[in-house]
Amino acid sequence: MRALLATNAELVITIVKIALLLFIVLTVNAYLTWFERKVVAHIQSRWGPHRVGPHGLLQPLADGLKFFFKEDPTPAGVDKFVYYLAPLLALALALTSIAIIPFGPDAIRLFNHDIYLGIAPLNLNIGVLALFAITALGVYGVALAGWSSNSKYPLLGGLRSSAQMISYELALTMSVVGVLLMAGSFNLRDIINAQAHHPEWGIFGWNLWPQILGFFCFFTAAVAETNRVPFDLPEAESELVAGFHTEYASFKFAMFFIAEYTSMITVSCLCTIMFFGGWLSPFPASWTFTHYLPSVILIPFGLWVIMDGLRYETVFGRIVLPGVGTALTALGLALIVLPKFNNFIQPPFWFLSKVLVFLFIYVWMRGTLPRFRYDQLMAFGWKLLLPISIVNVVLTSFVILAKMQWGHP
Amino acid sequence: MSTPHIVFFVLAALAVIGAINLILQKHPIHSALSLIVVMVALAGLYLLMGAEFVAAVQIIVYGGAIMVLFVFVIMLLNAGVEEHTSLSKLAGPPGLLLVAALAAFVAATIAKSGASVQAAAQTGALSSTKGISEMFFKDFVYPFELTSFLILVAILGAVVLAQREKN
Repeated sequence: MRALLATNAELVITIVKIALLLFIVLTVNAYLTWFERKVVAHIQSRWGPHRVGPHGLLQPLADGLKFFFKEDPTPAGVDKFVYYLAPLLALALALTSIAIIPFGPDAIRLFNHDIYLGIAPLNLNIGVLALFAITALGVYGVALAGWSSNSKYPLLGGLRSSAQMISYELALTMSVVGVLLMAGSFNLRDIINAQAHHPEWGIFGWNLWPQILGFFCFFTAAVAETNRVPFDLPEAESELVAGFHTEYASFKFAMFFIAEYTSMITVSCLCTIMFFGGWLSPFPASWTFTHYLPSVILIPFGLWVIMDGLRYETVFGRIVLPGVGTALTALGLALIVLPKFNNFIQPPFWFLSKVLVFLFIYVWMRGTLPRFRYDQLMAFGWKLLLPISIVNVVLTSFVILAKMQWGHP
Repeated sequence: MSTPHIVFFVLAALAVIGAINLILQKHPIHSALSLIVVMVALAGLYLLMGAEFVAAVQIIVYGGAIMVLFVFVIMLLNAGVEEHTSLSKLAGPPGLLLVAALAAFVAATIAKSGASVQAAAQTGALSSTKGISEMFFKDFVYPFELTSFLILVAILGAVVLAQREKN
């Protein structure tokens, strides 16, 4: 057993990592629905879910259980094979794309093996391309679901979404070319490291500033690719009932739902990596006191969770919430006491914070913006985003060429 | 048998089965799906040869863009199950003979150039992104630009045809 483990260590590590990441991503997905409902509710001056558990924290669990136990009818006249394949395809592709994201630069040394944060190998030299390849295949989940349902609203939703995804994929791909030119690599780690050339510049060293046009195009196209507001025409409920997933119920519907939220997370990670310096701190490298920021956030938050939990008379409120609060406070204190651990935690901390900000922007947009009309959507993609991203590529190339010619550093 | 061999045979079998299934399926969407399986399996084979860039582009261009367009058009036209006409005369013994001849020709070519096929399978430096771009934009820049020009002409032709229909 021990010998088998030793010879296949890489394989075992990868499998454990996959299981762990899958668990984390699915949990985050569940709580993302809670987060979204809560934030949109507060934008609209409502409370949002607050009956199931303190602050409605058990709502995702209740929803998950409901998905499992609901009746799962297969409508008459569907193309059975494709009807079952579509949600599987959507979920599998969405979850695969997460595997390519690196979450931190340093390795943890465990059992004599360097374990890096993220599943993909360090030298995955086609990182960005692989992500785009997976996104490109993601269209099939939606298109096939719409077609196989043998019903007119899903078919229209599927057609709309494939047209939309084909149109915006062009702008999405063109908009990152500027970043790739600046980094000179498809490797996601190289792209982040290329933004760390000036450690003293902090936030001003990120790709966001030279590539502001690219970022605008990328984020807009990415929101359209994930079928979210204001580009959620494939599921415009006032026109198409629920679009491509109208005929899906129970867990098959949940699979589409999880796929959508997972692609939101992937897009947020990608935005962070491409334009916001990935795991780099926004402060100059010499400001070492900012290393205590995780503790400064964790300790008060943990104490607040303890205080808040004690106000409830339920088991979850009285025991679980104070327990979580104590764990968070202890983690915050441990970060102060153990500088080595604190240094290790910095990059993942910034990475996850930035991803959280992007997820918030997603929800914020949903609470704020109205839906595009279909012709507006097409005109926006083809006549505005695509030209801007092409101009961005040409401008970036010229600047890089000029720097090479006249030898600026 | 080492792991690359196993992966190779699985992918090759997937590609061949997908291709056969493409012909046997009666519904256009099922045929299109089989073709996607072939494309993805081919991308896997490229990856096995160390051609990362070509593999990713294979999926993005063929698996993504082109096949999505196929599926989209099939859905838009709402094409039903194919009607089978009587088989072509070629599909009988003459067809089998042709297939055998073609297979023999391919096998003979591979057998004759065994060494160069081996070498082609291990062109690590050439198949990298940098190698490919240097080949395109330095050694073969004129053929490359001519091809792009050809594609541009085709696009213009499509636009002209679409406009004429409107008028």
